[in-house]
Amino acid sequence: MENKSWKGWLYLLPAILFLGVFMVYPLMDVFIYSFEEGYNSASQTFYGVGTYNYEFVLHDPYFLQAVQNTFILVAITVPLSTILALAISLGISSIPKLKELFQTVFFLPYVTNTLAVGLVFMYLFDATDVTPGLINVILGIFGMEPIDFIDGPYWAKMLVLCLYTVWIVLPFKILVLTSALASVDETYYKAARMDGTSKWRIFRKVTLPMISPTMFYLIITGFIGAFKAYSDAVALFGENLNVAEMNTIVGYVYDMLYGDSGGYPSFASAAAIILFVIVLTITCINLLVSKKKVHY
Amino acid sequence: MKITLDHLTKKFPNRAKNKPDVIAVNDFTFEMPDGKLVGLLGPSGCGKSTVLNLICGLLKATDGRIYFDEDDVTNVPAEYRGVGIVFQNYALYPHLTVEKNIMFPLENFKGKDKLSKGEMKARALEAAKLVQIDQLMERKPAELSGGQQQRVAIARALVKQPRVLLMDEPLSNLDARLRLQTREEIRRIQRETKITTIFVTHDQEEAMSISDLIVVMKDGVLQQIGKPQQIYDEPCNLFVAKFLGTPPINVFHGKVENGKLMVGKDEVLSADLPDQEVWCAIRPEGFTLDENGPMQCALHGVEIMGRDVSVVAVHPALEGTELRAITPTARRLDDDVETVRFRLDPEKVLLFSKQDETRIRCELK
Amino acid sequence: MSNIMDFDRIEKRAKRNTLVRNIVVYGLLAVWALVVLFPFYWMLLTSVKTQGSYASEIVPKLFTMSPTMENYFAVFTEADLGRYFFNTIVFTVLTTAAMLVVTVLAAFAFARLDFPGKNLAFVLFLALMMIPNELVIITNFVTMKTAKLDNTFLGLILPSVSSVFYIYLLKENFAQIPDELYYAAKVDATSDLKYLGKVMVPICRPTIVTILILKVIECWNSYVWPRLITDDPKMYLVSGGIQNIRESGYGRDNIPAMMAAVVAVSVPLILLFLIFHKKIMAGVARGGVKG
Repeated sequence: MENKSWKGWLYLLPAILFLGVFMVYPLMDVFIYSFEEGYNSASQTFYGVGTYNYEFVLHDPYFLQAVQNTFILVAITVPLSTILALAISLGISSIPKLKELFQTVFFLPYVTNTLAVGLVFMYLFDATDVTPGLINVILGIFGMEPIDFIDGPYWAKMLVLCLYTVWIVLPFKILVLTSALASVDETYYKAARMDGTSKWRIFRKVTLPMISPTMFYLIITGFIGAFKAYSDAVALFGENLNVAEMNTIVGYVYDMLYGDSGGYPSFASAAAIILFVIVLTITCINLLVSKKKVHY
Repeated sequence: MKITLDHLTKKFPNRAKNKPDVIAVNDFTFEMPDGKLVGLLGPSGCGKSTVLNLICGLLKATDGRIYFDEDDVTNVPAEYRGVGIVFQNYALYPHLTVEKNIMFPLENFKGKDKLSKGEMKARALEAAKLVQIDQLMERKPAELSGGQQQRVAIARALVKQPRVLLMDEPLSNLDARLRLQTREEIRRIQRETKITTIFVTHDQEEAMSISDLIVVMKDGVLQQIGKPQQIYDEPCNLFVAKFLGTPPINVFHGKVENGKLMVGKDEVLSADLPDQEVWCAIRPEGFTLDENGPMQCALHGVEIMGRDVSVVAVHPALEGTELRAITPTARRLDDDVETVRFRLDPEKVLLFSKQDETRIRCELK
Repeated sequence: MSNIMDFDRIEKRAKRNTLVRNIVVYGLLAVWALVVLFPFYWMLLTSVKTQGSYASEIVPKLFTMSPTMENYFAVFTEADLGRYFFNTIVFTVLTTAAMLVVTVLAAFAFARLDFPGKNLAFVLFLALMMIPNELVIITNFVTMKTAKLDNTFLGLILPSVSSVFYIYLLKENFAQIPDELYYAAKVDATSDLKYLGKVMVPICRPTIVTILILKVIECWNSYVWPRLITDDPKMYLVSGGIQNIRESGYGRDNIPAMMAAVVAVSVPLILLFLIFHKKIMAGVARGGVKG
């Protein structure tokens, strides 16, 4: 009916320009950077080509610390936030009234500035000269010794980071799960009820299979998101994350770029590509598992 | 099992605030005899699905009682009523095979009723055989045709040997050809199991063709109960008369004057009634072409339907645009004919009050 | 059957169970609501305490009798919060506007026009959705630095404009408009651009508004790129500004003032959310389902 014309490309031109310059070109360039040894960003010169950047990064204790932190964070927050989100969404969909109010309240953290609210969390956990911090005061009521969450032992800092991450990522998961639950055809529940199916069995045999595609979607994006954690750590522990032992892989990449000495884009590229490979691998594993587990 | 509804009423709160409640089912009283196939018939929104949901216990009655035989089940939760139900969209679990779907209700049995895996499989197979889908046990619902899905749903409802089988619009999701076949199938299954079955439909033809008993509803109010033929021949009001029959009954503004029934200017029959205005409703098969017939109409067209012809015509006193008469193809009508005359079969002419649209029974000749 | 009494008991038990379950569920949801809301309350509360009273509370008080606005004056005068606000608003408005133009044109091309290589181009576009920001940001940083665009609005805005996902979202919506409208417009000699502006954009307004709101939220909260490309505090956005205020001493010494800054930064988005919460949540849910 219509003639093919090149005019379409004209409309695409702005998008192509932006994406080409700021996504496609950098994507290729980052691989090149990662193999250029001794790149100097001031003079834009390099000594040779090889895998030295990767070797450096993989032997850098800061990077290994960042990898460890990121993996712990992922291993704790992804399952925790998914299960919590599922429980809360089930709660919301089971109550007769105030659904929308709860949904709106629970979504609030999604629109807040991660850095700003992170500060609030920090102060809630942080001790000053006068007070041990609100959380420690509460723990004190239960007879616990005050813990230095922000400058103290590794596990305490990790705990705060995990809690804040969960707080930040939950809104999205709750929202997606509540809408998935709402879209399950109600007659399935009616049919199951007519057959005298117990609540637990309805959940396991009907609800869970029905929302399994959404669950896997959330788990996959949850992994990806958690591996990219950065600004929540900055909010809690400040910009000097290496000193706080709380750096993440993404944080390491930026530190390498930003550093006082004008930056090391080669090391940053190598670290970013390692991160990308990790995320890709985990996502592929997730997809393989989901192929087997998602029912339809 | 006999089901008795006693002054059953269901009100829903109005969505708009400060408006009165919506009465979906209003003071419903009737008895469904044991082992019959009952069709609950009415236009959409008349509350027939609500009646079904009240019987199975998914909804709670606002007022009135429900009895299964002599048991008052009004307040019994759905799962203890022993009711099997087939939903309009079948509600088959998409992730389970046909066999697992049919076994699903059995796996819920607890305590002394608990069945072994083997017993469950045997029961499922038995139910599947009854509806003739025992070849499809390993398939998933998405791999079945609409008709097959329907059978799986019936098998799943029957497998726990319910006291009553309920079906919500069982044929509405099927295409025309399957619909004919499936309704015969439902009839056969009901005959074989002798289980009291209630099905909801808005399609009068469907209800007429397979029900032992039809219950006609309108706006939450019971209109008439009876055998299909009886309701068709002796509707108790104009609504029932209009709702049953294809093509629908033809309604005219009529008048009784001096013992004569007048339709417009035509004096069609003699009626033993005092003078009054009436609705005169005539079934399509009540017209016979007759050059000397009392009723004169302008011819609009003729549709040949094989054995019969459908004569489409207009009459000044007609309520609506066209009337349809079904007559045997005894005689060809010439192409240039502009008016036709009909003789009426008094058996097929029904009179209704102009005030409240109830039936006026009288001798017509 | 003689177990009518039984049924009564079953019903009573079911009723009681439902009641208990509802109470438990409401209770747990309320607890979580408290966890969500408390940080907001706490920052609001702390921001109106005086520095002296906050510092002297061993057990932080959960309400205050003498609220003060002095902290707000402090962060807008002593710290440069006003400047951060200005920067962020400029950044947000310009980025969002540019994004809108690029997105609408691209979505129109994909949804409505037919051109050689369209399908291939669309597949490549979708593939771009999977590229993580972390990979491309390094080169962008070097590029912008080489172009001497660091510490400029242009440097902030340009890499933030394009969003494949929004193009995809809008394209799907555009594609739902029946072809007949387009042909009718063509018969009336309407140009493509006019058709886009007069017909497609108004019809898809809800989606466009959703995209706008989501982009505004994204811009307002963006931290990583602004932090890289600006090291002059005069060019900081609110996220970086908060961080700067914190590291420059406020974070330790004047927590109420710090909280006043946090409240000031959070309020615009929370207001936006309260006004548009249905649209925002629907948009995010849709984005989530589509992935």
